[in-house]
Amino acid sequence: MQGWLRADGRKGIRNTVVVAYLVECAHFVASEIVAGFRGRDVQLIGFPGCFPNEYAARMMERLCTHPNVGAVLFVSLGCESFDKVRVSAAVQASGRPVRTLVIQKAGGTRATVRAGQDWVEEALDEIAAVPMVPMAVADLVIGTVCGGSDGTSGISGNPAAGRAFDLLIAEGAACIFEETGELIGCEDIMAARAVTPELGRLLRESVQKAERYYATLGYGSFAAGNAAGGLSTIEEKSLGAYVKSGDSPISGLIKPGDIPPKGGLYLMDVVPDGDVRFGFPNISDNAEIVEMIASGAHLTLFVTGRGSVVGSAISPVIKICANPETYRALAEDMDVNAGDIIEGRRGIDEVGQEIRDLVLAVAGGRQTASEALGHREFILTYKSFEPIGPACLPGLA
Amino acid sequence: MSDHATDGVTGPFLLLHPGDNVLVARANAPEGTEVVLPGGSVRLAQSIPMAHKIARTAISEGGTIRKYGMPIGIATIGITPGAHVHVHNIRSGYTPTIALQDADGRAG
Repeated sequence: MQGWLRADGRKGIRNTVVVAYLVECAHFVASEIVAGFRGRDVQLIGFPGCFPNEYAARMMERLCTHPNVGAVLFVSLGCESFDKVRVSAAVQASGRPVRTLVIQKAGGTRATVRAGQDWVEEALDEIAAVPMVPMAVADLVIGTVCGGSDGTSGISGNPAAGRAFDLLIAEGAACIFEETGELIGCEDIMAARAVTPELGRLLRESVQKAERYYATLGYGSFAAGNAAGGLSTIEEKSLGAYVKSGDSPISGLIKPGDIPPKGGLYLMDVVPDGDVRFGFPNISDNAEIVEMIASGAHLTLFVTGRGSVVGSAISPVIKICANPETYRALAEDMDVNAGDIIEGRRGIDEVGQEIRDLVLAVAGGRQTASEALGHREFILTYKSFEPIGPACLPGLA
Repeated sequence: MSDHATDGVTGPFLLLHPGDNVLVARANAPEGTEVVLPGGSVRLAQSIPMAHKIARTAISEGGTIRKYGMPIGIATIGITPGAHVHVHNIRSGYTPTIALQDADGRAG
């Protein structure tokens, strides 16, 4: 396994040119620039809002200095509030080629598209020279999410993903799980796995925060459909998602954009701090995946039961299908058939090993199903967080 | 939870963790299906839908239900081996930190 060596010492498993629009008004121009590079590693990301937001600014900085990214082109309309000077300075400081085009100054749509495509062409040549160096499992950050869950997710796909996490953590990788709103009822079990009692208390509080947040939004966690699907209690439902985390000790609590300082298992607290503002914590699966990537995830494991087809910009997504019938219906979109567990053909350990092996293969350059199909979904919206305190990452001193 | 002997398939049922006292249906299991349990064979008294649970062993009233090796609720009545384990005979053991009307799986 080899990775592209970045100036900060991190290693990338892809070498992508990112084109980022800084307001929805620049989205079309940015997408036209990217459209000229179909089949080459040029990807579109962006933030749609015109109002400033510290979370979005920090996320954009993290995403554009992610180890899988080789160069960045920002596309600005000109009058939006996004701090384009700050974000481009951060990318420049990371040693990557960077350019900002302002549509209002560049002569409009066609002129900006032309200038953008010329710059991307040069950037592709330039980053082809970035050195590749040996990369170990311990260099990897791996996230996990689930979406389109059904009754099979908690008994095949999620336990198998958890087993893969255990294997990867034993080899030194940093692994991140999330969605504290789906961990209600697991607080005590989870706190008992924390490496310090203080971290255990913080893990418990993060779930309590999620519980309050979702209740304010008018959403409980247990719906009638859950009972029809065989789930009897809130903790049973939550454990089905929680098993994605495996059995390893929990080394830390991070928030979106915080990068795990070393190998181990981390919980990402994705629920905003303070009063409920801006709506749902994450409006769709890709919003969760983007937060994993902002925290350095080289790739993300995505467990689905009913069937999702998405991939992601910047970091590959490995889709683990929990339901054998869904797998047969959507085979071209899936990477792993955990439905074999349901049908009794393979055990959880065997599928967990397959996922671990696939993580290494994808890190080594193999395309995932969604990458090969061209999926590069991306979404970034408004949120607000307080910084984490030192007790969230014990053992760093 | 270091023991990972979880590849236990018993007919249409899965044992997710060796410490569990329930099995999970990996397919719809018709009434009358014979299931081999630690205490001997039983026949299902009713059909069990996919992803629903049956008792692997006798569970007494007030006993903890364990799935994934972890507690998922408390038996509200005694449950015999092979019986359906669901909202009619278990309740949440979770104490919500705020008032969640549906915290035990009941709608309101």
